Amino acid sequence: MWQALYDELRDLRFVVIAIALDKSADDARPWIEKAAPTYPVLIDTQHVVADLYNIVNVPTALWIDERGRIVRPNDVVFGTDTFKHITNLESARPLAAVRAWARGETSGFAASETRGLQTLPTALDQQARAEFGLAEWLARHGARDAAERHFVRAGELAPHDFTIRRGSMPIRGIDPMGPQFREMLQAWVGGGRPYYRPLPDTRG
Amino acid sequence: MFTIIEGGGERPVDARVEDGRVRLSADALREALGWELHDGTLCNDTMCVPLPAGSRLGEAGAAFVGVSAGERAQTLGSLIAPDFTLSDLAGRPHMLSSYRGRKVFMVAWASW
Repeated sequence: MWQALYDELRDLRFVVIAIALDKSADDARPWIEKAAPTYPVLIDTQHVVADLYNIVNVPTALWIDERGRIVRPNDVVFGTDTFKHITNLESARPLAAVRAWARGETSGFAASETRGLQTLPTALDQQARAEFGLAEWLARHGARDAAERHFVRAGELAPHDFTIRRGSMPIRGIDPMGPQFREMLQAWVGGGRPYYRPLPDTRG
Repeated sequence: MFTIIEGGGERPVDARVEDGRVRLSADALREALGWELHDGTLCNDTMCVPLPAGSRLGEAGAAFVGVSAGERAQTLGSLIAPDFTLSDLAGRPHMLSSYRGRKVFMVAWASW
């Protein structure tokens, strides 16, 4: 999905690193093999990166500069307009912003702006991640019923965390595109809460 | 055997579950969590805390050691991108910090 962007910008000391928050490498494999990316696509079955960066949905993108500093925090960025009819989010503007950053036309946000735009985890978010982590381990070791209890608890603690609520569905044998997901999404959005909340543009 | 799940890894420790509490031996506590017991107080490299009244039940013989919201907030607020190592489809490990010197567009996605 990001190959064209990477091909275009790679000579500018720019790299795309994609992280698959999937239950197994095999779940992500068909997508990766079809895209045949030359940038790294890493598999994160235990949601290590979601925990480290407080990622609660996909796609979530961050900009990290040459010195390893976050210069644009968690944002929703789609690489194509495939889901535009559902999300109302288009890809052209955020991708243009990435290009401008790679070319040095913008340096991203200043530190204080970045901090102001970050969403930091609450104690409940971290508790939910612990419940998810335990559930994922239990599921992997065949303790299905115990795993289910902890997955449910994780979702109750962090109802806004789709990496937990939707991301656990394939592990639990629930269709992540099916009625249970649509019901969950409808309840969430129906309650006046946004499914995706994009950040403002970076200044050029 | 009891399993501690932490930081994307797991390790077996000498522990048992009794009455909904996880009981670790002092050796297991030091080895697994880096805490030592001194006169009813747990200490690691940076702090000491009174012994908690009880640990959470480790169902089916495992417990997840999470990181507190405060610690996460502090790390993220520093704006230094937290480092991690994950493998690609071929099993080759990649460390985020090994991409220093390049601008990184990091994007989380999923097949779901």
